[in-house]
Amino acid sequence: MIIDYVGVKEINGSLIVMDGVKGVSNEEIVDIKLENGTSRQGRVVQIEGERIVVQVFEGTRRISLKNTRTRLTGHPMEMPLSPEIVGRVLDGAGRPIDGLGEIFPVKKMNINGTPINPVSRVYPRNYINTGISTIDTLMTLIRGQKLPIFSGSGMSHNDLAVQIVRQAKISGADYNNFGVVFAAMGVQKDVAEYFRKSFEESGVLSRVVMLLNLSNDPIIERTLTPRCALTIAEYLAFELDMHILVIMTDMTAYAEALREFSSSKGEIPGRKGYPGYLYSDLASLYERAGMIKGRNGSVTQIPILTMPNDDITHPIPDLTGYITEGQIVLDRALQGQGVYPPVSVLPSLSRLMKDGIGEGYTRADHQPLANQLFASYAKVIDARALASVIGEEELSPIDKKYIEFGRLFEARFVNQGFTENRSIEQSLDLGWELLSTLPRAELDRVDDAVLDAYYKG
Amino acid sequence: MDNNVIYGINGPVVTVKNTDSFEMMEMVHVGEENLVGEVIRITDELTTIQVYEETTGLKPGDPVTGTGAPMNVLLGPGIIDNIFDGIERPLKAIEAQKGAFISRGASVSSLDPDRRWTVSMKIKVGDRLEGGQVYATLPETPIIEHRVMLHPDLSGVVKEVRKDGEYRVFDTVAVIEDDLGEKHNLTLCQQWPIRTARPVRQQLAPTIPLITGQRIMDTLFPIAKGGAAAIPGGFGTGKTMNQHQLAKWCDADIIVYVGCGERGNEMSQVLDEFSELIDPKSNRPMTDRTVLIANTSNMPVAAREASIYTGITLAEYYRDMGYHVAMMADSTSRWAEALREISGRLEEMPAEEGFPAYLPSRLAEFYERGGRADVLGGGEGSVTLIGAVSPQGSDFSEPVTQNTKRFTRVFWALDKALAYARHYPAINWINSYSEYFNDLDPWYRENLGEEFIEYRNRISALLQEESSLMEIVKLIGADVLPDDQKLVIETARAVRVGFLQQNAFHPEDTYVPLEKQKLMMKVILHLHNRAREVVAREIPISKIIALGLFDKLAKMKYDIPNNRLDMFDDYLAEIDEKLDALLQ
Repeated sequence: MIIDYVGVKEINGSLIVMDGVKGVSNEEIVDIKLENGTSRQGRVVQIEGERIVVQVFEGTRRISLKNTRTRLTGHPMEMPLSPEIVGRVLDGAGRPIDGLGEIFPVKKMNINGTPINPVSRVYPRNYINTGISTIDTLMTLIRGQKLPIFSGSGMSHNDLAVQIVRQAKISGADYNNFGVVFAAMGVQKDVAEYFRKSFEESGVLSRVVMLLNLSNDPIIERTLTPRCALTIAEYLAFELDMHILVIMTDMTAYAEALREFSSSKGEIPGRKGYPGYLYSDLASLYERAGMIKGRNGSVTQIPILTMPNDDITHPIPDLTGYITEGQIVLDRALQGQGVYPPVSVLPSLSRLMKDGIGEGYTRADHQPLANQLFASYAKVIDARALASVIGEEELSPIDKKYIEFGRLFEARFVNQGFTENRSIEQSLDLGWELLSTLPRAELDRVDDAVLDAYYKG
Repeated sequence: MDNNVIYGINGPVVTVKNTDSFEMMEMVHVGEENLVGEVIRITDELTTIQVYEETTGLKPGDPVTGTGAPMNVLLGPGIIDNIFDGIERPLKAIEAQKGAFISRGASVSSLDPDRRWTVSMKIKVGDRLEGGQVYATLPETPIIEHRVMLHPDLSGVVKEVRKDGEYRVFDTVAVIEDDLGEKHNLTLCQQWPIRTARPVRQQLAPTIPLITGQRIMDTLFPIAKGGAAAIPGGFGTGKTMNQHQLAKWCDADIIVYVGCGERGNEMSQVLDEFSELIDPKSNRPMTDRTVLIANTSNMPVAAREASIYTGITLAEYYRDMGYHVAMMADSTSRWAEALREISGRLEEMPAEEGFPAYLPSRLAEFYERGGRADVLGGGEGSVTLIGAVSPQGSDFSEPVTQNTKRFTRVFWALDKALAYARHYPAINWINSYSEYFNDLDPWYRENLGEEFIEYRNRISALLQEESSLMEIVKLIGADVLPDDQKLVIETARAVRVGFLQQNAFHPEDTYVPLEKQKLMMKVILHLHNRAREVVAREIPISKIIALGLFDKLAKMKYDIPNNRLDMFDDYLAEIDEKLDALLQ
């Protein structure tokens, strides 16, 4: 028997409270019909006997205590899926907005997903060539990894993401199985348009699923967007054996939506007002990257987040860094010097790279080269700190060499054109060329045999 | 039996109305799928239960049934070489039942009920058995003998004993009669509540070091068997890497590795690596001595809270057999956050940073379960606890780090600046400390000679001195220092690069025996002493540096294999020869 519940008891932010509801299950989706004929969806977030709290995805504007009729759907939030979803544009809650009609579902999946059993995971080892020197050499992206970009407002993270999508190379046979799921959360419409155009120009648009929750769309919908995106990605990767790159921007907007929802629910806040479960919540998204035994596909994530006030200790980048397998940090000073991509090398890291590079993947000297570049560049920073106190003239000859190395490293290695696609060999050779400007004795992270082969100083 | 049903649901917390049939901390089954939960608060009106699985789809009116017992784990053969979730459900069995994704309500036995073990009985009819005494043994893995012990709360006289042979976990192998005349069937397993420490006969002082083969840990900041250590560090500083190194190389008999709220890919890495890695002492894969507990960050939060207790209970169980167990918990901050999350759902009054006020007492309870002890069955065992801490924003003043510091005696502080410079292990030698040094002093003197401690103290003093000199260098540059101070900086650099830095991926350097650690210190200090003589004669230090000896010492960790310690003599001779030449 289907019952419509008339009216609500309480309205608070995006939440409505209803009384006398029977047979409701946790996380169930409800349909809400307004008197003016429009309808909305909501999700049950709390139950206390017959009193339930419902989160309304489209917001509570124009809802009064008595103008609604609510119906329980009997199932949690599901996403209709079919192979035809590739190439479509959806809104933040996964409904088509490209005018090409509904998606005829082959399968429906719960958008919350279920955790991958750790024993079913395949440890990711295959690297993705992005054609960007800093990333390929120093923080290699691995298939099945989650590698966020920590950026700030006004920095070129969007360009970098586009360049990665355009240049990302997956070895031969799998190339046609490559797809992108792009989830925009709270971004301006020109940014969304920029991504769409860039995908179109680089010819990948037909392989892209876009989910758009723009900055003026309802915040509750924003909390669904990454879940819908990842559900699509999992479907394509683990049912259709595709290699899926998921780009989620901007995670900061997502976390803020979560905070807004949490405070309207009256929950006890943790750090900076974010809910105590922010870590678990972010983990429920990021952990959906990976590979599974017996399936060919993979889900790789590049979440992009803008650090409030460029502060890497802010809860959002902080908790993200604890979950993801490394990070690519962008630096405003480099951006100011006109360096693109402004990747700040020292705090950036890829945790999975050590097993996906070297002999058989990239080149045997890759790991020692990366170690040495990191170590030498760290000394550049020390030398610069000293120079800022005593002046560059007063530095010891070796410190002066480091200053010069740092200059070259940033101008030639970090800096590269938006359209410049460097092969892994080019990047590695460039690294050795720059290291060769330093005295051989300074290269203490590398075996003599490797130095004999590559050091040209 | 009352018919109890769900009244309210809020995230992982459900409530039951108007019932008096539950006990505090009782394990309950919730809903039609029998999800596992635990009673965490009781009022006359509402009983609150935390559920260890997803609560999506639960309904008010679904049944809640008590089990009459607190949250238990099953202890018996089959634990080693297995991987469990936070409430001791074997993940491989869940995979077989549910596929690659963990859905709810998997009902699997913790220990394989069908597997047969070759059991040798150690008792005969008429023997009197006390709690903790061993009554049967069996080979659990080729290197671990499982000693089946009487439940600590039981004692009595043996009435029946089966013959040696093949038995399954739940088969009865003996019967005893206790003092009240009641008979108990003894199987190969027992239940134990995870939040209760298992009893021991007597605690022992921490006087034996846990040898890790990691130079900075063994030499500068050693940990005792039965000790407790904290590894705090921001993301990317190598907490997990350090934990892996310890799990691989430390000289404990058994490793319990708890991945608490961490990455799934990391757990699959541990699985891969440990099964491929051969333990040099036993020539068997590392998995033969390892138990993994994996509760990744996206698995239910309440089970994350329980996983630490499950881990320590398994560790204590093997300690009671007389083994030295090391437990790695990665990371205790995630566990503390799980406490905070549940506490928030209960609308408890928060203390610092939203953490509940009972955080310190929970941490203390956990770390106090470590220790070296005379066990009930006779003999000695230990549980060493090594907890990683992930401070928010790398700020060591946050509550979890601060409270952990109070209950652990070794503090391996990981440093972001070192990690950025790729100096691994990124343990900061100025902020870290070990309180066990005095307890362990006699052991080091006895086993490695008096010099070891002397070298260690001089290395430590050199590093301290360098650190204060660096303050000056930062302001005015190194050139203005007098030569003897430049020498300190040069030697300290050799210590940092050649000794403290250790390459986990280098076959020789990943594990270094204590004897080699000692000789490395000896060579570095020898060079320092001889160079001091040269500098005292006002010969410029640049001439010494030009000899290339410091650079050579920085690479001796790679150049001298662990089984060629005689090569150190050549180094000493070369130092003498070259510096003698300078002096003439």
